[in-house]
Amino acid sequence: MITGAEAIVRCLENEGVEIIFGYPGATIAPLYDKLSKSNIRHILVRHEQHAGHEASGYARIKKKPGVCMTTSGPGATNLITALATAYMDSVPLVAITGQVSSELLGRDVFQEADITGAAEPFTKYSYLVKNAEDLPRIIKEAFHIASTGRPGPVLIDIPVNVQQQRFDFAFAGEVNLRGYKPTIKGHTGQIKRVCKAINNAERPVICVGGGIFAADGQGELQRFAEMLNIPVVSTMMGIGAVPTQHSLNMGMLGMHGKSIANQAITDSDLLIIVGARVSDRAVLLPANVGKNTKIVHIDIDPTEIGKNLSTLIPVVGDAKEILIQIMEAEPDRKSEDWTDLLKAKKDKLELDYAPRRSGINPKAFVNLLSKSLPDDHIYCADVGQNQIWSAANCEVRTGRFLTSGGMGTMGYSLPAAIGAKIADPEKTVVAVCGDGSFQMHMMELATICQHGVDVKIVVMKNNKLGLVKEIQKKSYKNNECAVDLTGSPDLVSIARAYGIPGQRIDSMDSADGAIAEMLSCKCAYLLECVVDENESSI
Amino acid sequence: MKHTISVLVENKAGVLSRISGLFARRGFNIDSLAVGTTEDKNISRITLLVDGDDYIAEQVTKQLNKQIDVIKVRKLDRDEITRRELVLVKVKMSVAQRGEIIDIVKIMQGEIVDISHTTLTVEMSDKPEKIDLLVELLSHYNIVEVARTGTIALQKGAEIV
Repeated sequence: MITGAEAIVRCLENEGVEIIFGYPGATIAPLYDKLSKSNIRHILVRHEQHAGHEASGYARIKKKPGVCMTTSGPGATNLITALATAYMDSVPLVAITGQVSSELLGRDVFQEADITGAAEPFTKYSYLVKNAEDLPRIIKEAFHIASTGRPGPVLIDIPVNVQQQRFDFAFAGEVNLRGYKPTIKGHTGQIKRVCKAINNAERPVICVGGGIFAADGQGELQRFAEMLNIPVVSTMMGIGAVPTQHSLNMGMLGMHGKSIANQAITDSDLLIIVGARVSDRAVLLPANVGKNTKIVHIDIDPTEIGKNLSTLIPVVGDAKEILIQIMEAEPDRKSEDWTDLLKAKKDKLELDYAPRRSGINPKAFVNLLSKSLPDDHIYCADVGQNQIWSAANCEVRTGRFLTSGGMGTMGYSLPAAIGAKIADPEKTVVAVCGDGSFQMHMMELATICQHGVDVKIVVMKNNKLGLVKEIQKKSYKNNECAVDLTGSPDLVSIARAYGIPGQRIDSMDSADGAIAEMLSCKCAYLLECVVDENESSI
Repeated sequence: MKHTISVLVENKAGVLSRISGLFARRGFNIDSLAVGTTEDKNISRITLLVDGDDYIAEQVTKQLNKQIDVIKVRKLDRDEITRRELVLVKVKMSVAQRGEIIDIVKIMQGEIVDISHTTLTVEMSDKPEKIDLLVELLSHYNIVEVARTGTIALQKGAEIV
């Protein structure tokens, strides 16, 4: 006989869990007690939301579910934003929350919150465990559900008495969920139709989203695009699926994307969407897509196909598998003029990298920064103007670009970077944020110090919530309100207070030197870049 | 347009809340929803009446299918199913009106299941349109309470979901 808490630890070990990001509390105390005796490393965060984001950064790099753990009530509700962020971007998480004793459920006792109810719209699935005997099966199912099909967060809410309950432990057998059988292989008939459409297309474009990373199919995508010489545009979540400097990569589409990418979509006669949701930020108006454009939509989640854009050829399944199937069917494309035309247009694009009168040029800076980093670096962009500067100007070669795409969660970059660095300590990991977003995650500087996490932090400081300021300028007659960040601390001093070195630069002249110093530092580093408040995002 | 959708789900806690929450979140209009067990005690059947065009019907079907606890979803063709709904109507009446009401119930092939000095309770099981008609006819008297189960449906012949 062992306790529920011991059973959880055994099951987590059995799932290969090495790291848990968490924050303890009364109702999760039995599990912490047993966890401390296991080989699983616990990363103590400074706010539960960041436990979720760190698990998310970890999962995206490690390609397996990230695990986070909090107590009941506020600990659990603080996790919701992270769950929603992971849900929107299809990141596999297993979130474990403590809960009040099961016989007290529903009586509004201290630190009781209906977290399975509250998180329901933001989780792929959730469990409220009533009996410890169910734990082995539930944990096994949770990891299976989180990591297969379209990945997503799964919540397991475990009352404190269930953690203490003693029972005869046995590992669960194979997962058998009759209502959950994700489709992996594409339908052969549909594959044939895709090939025919490619053969007949004169102006095909591939639009790639985050699904390609979930399928681990970046190599196949590049091979597919190269084989048929088809230009590629990406959503924000798809950045880096094909290296940003690849000749076929026309950049990010959408509201904040490159005009050439949007134009390519409008002019195309065949749009092959791979693992993307066609969200409003990517395809502002489905009308933007040319009237004569045929749509092929490849996605593992059938609900995404036809939701926002009417689709001629839906193909449900794993993006990597389907791309392989299509290539094996040997489509053949004759006309090459279209690709050459786009390539020529792309070469003529002018980049706005000129020096600024005051402050650095953030677009030139992120470009320089990414060029200075190793090819396989991990670049974590926050949300706001900084996200758009990064998305449009950073070079992703063989590494990854991580950001909160669907939810647009400010304060994501640093915790995601921490998770990514812990997942792959060999990689250089940078978090690029604004001074608004930095102040939403700066408590994690303590987590960095406590656990010796070497992440490089770049803060674009303009003393404003720049993107909102831009919206106010454009749509609210320049009525600037609630966007001034006066009162913010000196960020370099804040870093220093944590023992993290750093410096401030206010001109591109010092950018090279500052980046070199940051990268040569063997520990975390904070680089504050002064940006003029009127700098635009595009 | 009304669509009848039959859904087989795992019979466990929280499933109905997930499904009704899904409709609210995605803005689907549900006319009626009836839940009950099936021949297998681990499986419940939900019968839905959804109002909307074909796009909505497809979205509802796909979103339901995506739920882990949903085992099968089938959009049923109106002409190929047997549909039934059960209604209880309590009517307040004077003694003079009693005979008229009993006549209506007889014609409609309903049943009087309870009677008091001032009220009659009528029961009827039929197609939803017939139920609507009964309620309409009785509305000329003083209806004080109505309880309807929502439509349930099964395919005709040997077909099953």
